[in-house]
Amino acid sequence: MNPVNYLYLAALLFTIGATGVLIRRNAIVVFMCIELMLNACNLAFVVFSRMHGNLDGQIIAFFTMVVAAAEVVVGLAIIVSLFRSRHSASVDDASLMKL
Amino acid sequence: MENLIALLIAAPLLGAAVLLVGGRRLDAVGHWIGTLLSTASFVIGAVLFVGLLGRSADDRTLIQHLYTWIPVESFQADVTFRLDQLSMTFVLLITGVGSLIHLYSVGYMEHDERRRRFFGYLNLFLAAMLLLVLADNYLLLYVGWEGVGLASYLLIGFWQHKPSAATAAKKAFLVNRVGDMGLSIAIMLMFTTFGSFAFGPVFGHVGGTSEGRLTAIGLMLLLAACGKSAQVPLQSWLGDAMEGPTPVSALIHAATMVTAGVYLIVRSSAIFNAAPDAQLVVTVVGGVTLLFGAIVGCAKDDIKKALAGSTMSQIGYMVLAAGLGPIGYVFAIMHLVTHGFFKAGLFLGAGSVMHGMNDEVDMRRYGGLRKYMPITFITFGLGYLAIIGFPGLSGFFSKDKIIEAAFAKGGTEGWILGGAALVGAALTAFYMTRVMLMTFFGEERWRTGSGAAADGHDGHGEPHPHESPGIMTIPMMVLAVGSVFAGFFFNLGDRFLHWLEPVTGHSEGHSPVSALTVTGATMVCLVVGVAVAWAQYGRKPVPAAAPRGSLLTRAARRDLLQDDFNHVVLVRGGEHLTRSLVYVDHTLVDGVVNGTAASFGGLSGRLRRLQNGFARSYAVSMFGGAALLVAATLLMRAV
Repeated sequence: MNPVNYLYLAALLFTIGATGVLIRRNAIVVFMCIELMLNACNLAFVVFSRMHGNLDGQIIAFFTMVVAAAEVVVGLAIIVSLFRSRHSASVDDASLMKL
Repeated sequence: MENLIALLIAAPLLGAAVLLVGGRRLDAVGHWIGTLLSTASFVIGAVLFVGLLGRSADDRTLIQHLYTWIPVESFQADVTFRLDQLSMTFVLLITGVGSLIHLYSVGYMEHDERRRRFFGYLNLFLAAMLLLVLADNYLLLYVGWEGVGLASYLLIGFWQHKPSAATAAKKAFLVNRVGDMGLSIAIMLMFTTFGSFAFGPVFGHVGGTSEGRLTAIGLMLLLAACGKSAQVPLQSWLGDAMEGPTPVSALIHAATMVTAGVYLIVRSSAIFNAAPDAQLVVTVVGGVTLLFGAIVGCAKDDIKKALAGSTMSQIGYMVLAAGLGPIGYVFAIMHLVTHGFFKAGLFLGAGSVMHGMNDEVDMRRYGGLRKYMPITFITFGLGYLAIIGFPGLSGFFSKDKIIEAAFAKGGTEGWILGGAALVGAALTAFYMTRVMLMTFFGEERWRTGSGAAADGHDGHGEPHPHESPGIMTIPMMVLAVGSVFAGFFFNLGDRFLHWLEPVTGHSEGHSPVSALTVTGATMVCLVVGVAVAWAQYGRKPVPAAAPRGSLLTRAARRDLLQDDFNHVVLVRGGEHLTRSLVYVDHTLVDGVVNGTAASFGGLSGRLRRLQNGFARSYAVSMFGGAALLVAATLLMRAV
C-alpha cells in the first residue's frame, strides 16, 4: 500500500486534534486532542522513516512518546489540582493571570 | 618690605573675623578693635609709602607672592600682591579715609545695639577693597571685587528691619551682579586670548592681539566698572544705597566701592590704549553719567540723595578722564583722591546734620543750621567749596585738569566731551549751592512746628539741632583740611603726575583751546551755577513742600525715570520672556513628551486586547503562526 496514504491519515488525525484543542473547553478533552496531535506526528515520522529507508524517524517517534508520557504526568497533575481548587475543568475558567 | 603688603589686608580681615565671630562679649570694645585694626592698616600703608618714596621712580613696584591658589599646569592662579604707585595711592585713600570713617562711626552708631557687627562689616569692606587694589592678577582682583559687593550688601541693608533698606541692599547686589558678569567674561576672554590673567603677561601680550578682541575685553571691563561705579546704565542702585547708615554712604562714595570701577579702567590702561573704540565708549559713558548724576542731584530734596547724585556725576568725570587715555589717567586718579576727601567730608557732614535733627533727611525741613552746628557748617562748607571747584581748593585743580584733558582729546569728540564737562561743572555748582543754602541758610523751617516736624519722628516732636560730639567732628575736620589742601599739594610741581606716571603713562594732548581759557570758562560756569542757585534758594524762602516743578524736575526727582525704565524694559520684559518660555515649555516640550507617552499608551492598550486570558485563543495564534511558518517555508521552496 502506498505510504503516502498514511501521511494523509496523519494529517487527518492532526487536524482533528488541532480542531479539538481549539474548540473544546474541557481540559481533559483538550489534553487528549494534544495527544492525538502528537501521535499524528509520530505516525508521520514513522512513515517518513519508511519512505527514506533509514531509522531516524522511528527514533524520533520514541523520543516523542517519552516526552508525551512526561507531559501527561505533569499535565494531568495540573488539571487535577485545578479541578480540585475550582471545581471545574474548563480551560476558559483558568484566567486568574488576566489583567 | 614686600612682606608687609599682606598685612595691609590681614589687619582689617582679622578685625572682621574677630568682630563677627567673637559674639556679644566683644560688644563693649568691638568698635575700638575695628578702628584700631583699620588704623593699623593705614600705618602699614604709610610705612610702605615712605619705603616707596625712598626708591627710584622706576623701581617702585613691590611684588609679594603669598602662595599658589590654583596650581593647575595651564591655569596658574597665584595669590600675589602688587604694590605700585597706583595701588599705593588707593591703599592710602582707602585706609586713611576708611579709618576716619571708622572713628566717626564710633560716635554716629553709639546708640545702635548692633554696633560691633557694623564695625565687623566695615573692616570686611576695607579688606575686600584692599584685596581688590593690591591683587596682581584679575582673578584675585575678582575675589576682592565680589568681597566689596558682599560688604556693600551687608552695610546698605544694615538696618534690615526697614523693608526699604533690605530692598535697597538687594537692588545694589543685583545691579552689581550684572557688572560682575562683565568682569568674569572679561577674565575668561583674557584667559583664552593671552593664556593668563596676571597683569604682567596680559599687558605684555597686548601688542600682538587683534583689536576686536581687545575691544571686547575693554567693553566687558567697562560693564564691570559701570556696575561698581554706578555709571549709566547700571547706576540705579546708588540712590537707594542711601538707606544704609550715613558712614556707609561716605565709605561707599569716597574710599571704596565706586572707586573700584575707575581703578579697574586705569589698571587695565594697556588694554584700553590699544582699543580706541572701547575708550570712546568709556568717555561716552562718563560724559552721560556726569550730566545724569548732576541733573538728578539738582532735584533731590533728600540731602543724602542729592549727594549721591553728585557722586555719580563726579565718578562720571573720573570715568570720562580714564577714557581719554594717557592724557587723562593721572587726572582721573587725582580727582578720585580729592573727591575721596571732600565727598567723605560732605557725607560725614550730612550725617552730623541728621544726627542733630532726629535723622531728618529732607532739606526742606532744614534751614538756618549754621548757628547750631558751627563745626559741621565750616567743614561741610569747605567740602562744598572744594567740590564746586572754588579756585585754590582741591576740586578746582583736579576737575579743571579733567576738563582740559577732555578738550585736548581733539576733534568733535573733544568739543562735545569738554562741553559736557563744563555743563557738569555749572550743574555741580548749582546743586551743591542748593544743598548748602537749604541746609545751613535761610529760615529755620524745622521750627514751623505743628505740621512739618511734629508728624511723628519717633515722637521726638520738634528737633533740637546741636553740634555732634568731638569724635564725629574730628574726622570731619581732618577731611576738610584734605579737601582744602590736597589739590594744591598734588599739583605743586606736578607732584602727583610724576608719582603716577610710571604706572599709567602720560602724554600731553593738543588742546584747541588754551588752558587759561578752559579755566576761565570753568569759572564762568561756576559763577553761573552758584548765582542761579542763589537766585532760587537764597533770595527767596524755600517752600516747605516741594513745588510741582517742570517736567525735567519731576523726572529728575524720579532719578530721570531710571527705575521706571528698568521696570518697563527689564522687569516687564523678563516677565514676558519667562511667560512665553513657560508657554513654549508647556505646549511644545511637554506636548512632544506627553504625546509620545500617550501614543505608546494607546498602542499598548490596543495590544493588550490580544491578551484576553482564553487559552484557546492563544492556541489559535500559535496554530496560525505555525501555519504561516509552514506556508512561508513552502513558498521559499517553490521560488
